[in-house]
Amino acid sequence: MFDAEALIIALTVFVLAIFIGYEVITKVPPTLHTPLMSGSNAISGIVIVGALLVAGQADGIAGQILGAIAVGLAMINVVGGFMVTDRMLKMFRRSGQK
Amino acid sequence: MSTDALFHLNITNAAYIVAAILFIVGLKQLGSPATARNGNRMSALAMLAAIVATIVGNDIASWEFILGGAIVGSAIGAFSARKVAMTSMPQLVAIFNGFGGAASAVIAAAELIRLIDNEADIAQDVSITIMASVIVGGVTLTGSFIAFGKLQGIVPTRPILLPIRNVINVALLIGMIASTVWLVIDPSMTAFMIAGAIALALGILVVIPIGGADMPVVIALLNSYSGIAGAATGFVLGNTVLIIAGSLVGASGLILTRIMTKAMNRSLANVMLGGFGVEDGAASAGGEDERPVTSIQPEDAAMMLAYAQSVIFVPGYGLAVAQAQHQVRELADLLKEKGISVRYAIHPVAGRMPGHMNVLLAEANVPYDELKDLDEINGEFQRTDVAVVIGANDVTNPSARTDKSSPIYGMPILNVDAAQSVIMMKRGMSSGFAGVQNELFFLDKTQMLFGDAKDSVEKITAEVKDL
Repeated sequence: MFDAEALIIALTVFVLAIFIGYEVITKVPPTLHTPLMSGSNAISGIVIVGALLVAGQADGIAGQILGAIAVGLAMINVVGGFMVTDRMLKMFRRSGQK
Repeated sequence: MSTDALFHLNITNAAYIVAAILFIVGLKQLGSPATARNGNRMSALAMLAAIVATIVGNDIASWEFILGGAIVGSAIGAFSARKVAMTSMPQLVAIFNGFGGAASAVIAAAELIRLIDNEADIAQDVSITIMASVIVGGVTLTGSFIAFGKLQGIVPTRPILLPIRNVINVALLIGMIASTVWLVIDPSMTAFMIAGAIALALGILVVIPIGGADMPVVIALLNSYSGIAGAATGFVLGNTVLIIAGSLVGASGLILTRIMTKAMNRSLANVMLGGFGVEDGAASAGGEDERPVTSIQPEDAAMMLAYAQSVIFVPGYGLAVAQAQHQVRELADLLKEKGISVRYAIHPVAGRMPGHMNVLLAEANVPYDELKDLDEINGEFQRTDVAVVIGANDVTNPSARTDKSSPIYGMPILNVDAAQSVIMMKRGMSSGFAGVQNELFFLDKTQMLFGDAKDSVEKITAEVKDL
């Protein structure tokens, strides 16, 4: 929840983060684009933070259940995303490398 | 605020900054296959830091529900990550995207319930961001599930065009704006539910008219949406780490979307409007060509390869369908033992999602330094003795460079026709997805090797061994 000034700061962070994302991600070689997608998918699981906040602050049963569902959905992304990315990256090896 | 609470808050914010930095450095390390695995671990560490900081820094009232959700979610995630076949990676990413979008939408719902219960007045920017979160999240959820269904073959892969779809879409958009205005003026769960339902319907309607072959673009775009949904959730909750991580994912998805549309010679609008490939059957049926081609047997191909100095393999999705990656790698190993230079030319749309073919070849133990992308390899074909095209078609068609009337004119292609000779492995003379006849087939230097790719490669390998 923002006041006007905080909203401007949040928007600034948003815009800067998009620029950083653009700079960093254009340097990822095509060979790693699938792990990039699954890995960034895992990062989008950051909504787990939001899920924990709403689940923790909820006072009614409806809020708690919704919070738990959100936590579960986000954790699928986080755990599944990082694990499957690791599984793929493990397979990438140079010539002569065992 | 007590000093104790202030301290917690500061520790939490500090941990969020560390997490944001680790996410960025982790993504930066994805810039090379040598450091990528480490980078992924860094991102995972960043996530752990953010989760711990959130738990420590906030009063979590009830644990049972959170723990239950976390355990179930982690188990599902771990199970699918271990079990998924590499060929099914696009489906997995699609469905994970959907869950991410769903999480954002559900968080928005829980937050709205809390706000309605506790506050008389909800600030406008909060209600707007709640709506953004549920709308992007809802579209991502159903859109991803339809994409998953199309990739899996549960939903028909052909474009499904509803007769009055444009009218419906416009109606839904108007409804979305109306319910947002309603929620801003008078915060109610009803307005929220209407917007949510519209978003879910829109997700279906947006993806269903898009053909199966365009799914790589759709997945990349939905990947971006799931990030944007996360960033929107960050605005709802006033949480910067959500905004930063969400924006990174949003940017990543958009970049990949652009790369894919460029490689397909299409605009994003053209893909999203859908209907591509509807007249496909008719076009290829009428396009039978009477011109002669040279066809060869596996023995001849083995001779050509064994006496070459340099070979480039050009794999397409047909290779993955035939599950011939391992056979190709075996043949490549054999050729390398003979001192022949072997490389692989990978077009961006060779697989079912960006970089998919590279993962499939890595799984078959092909070293990543032999995998070359379009820009790296195109200058090399003219110095190559034999180019072996396996299950690829449109991406090798020279008409894309020369024939202005061709539907694929302007599409970036692999310059296979520059090689000294070309072996084209194919099941038959059918044209590719674009329904265009491939001029490469009719060149003097091109030899057609008809049959199942796996079978042919195995035969060639056996012949090369005997030479």
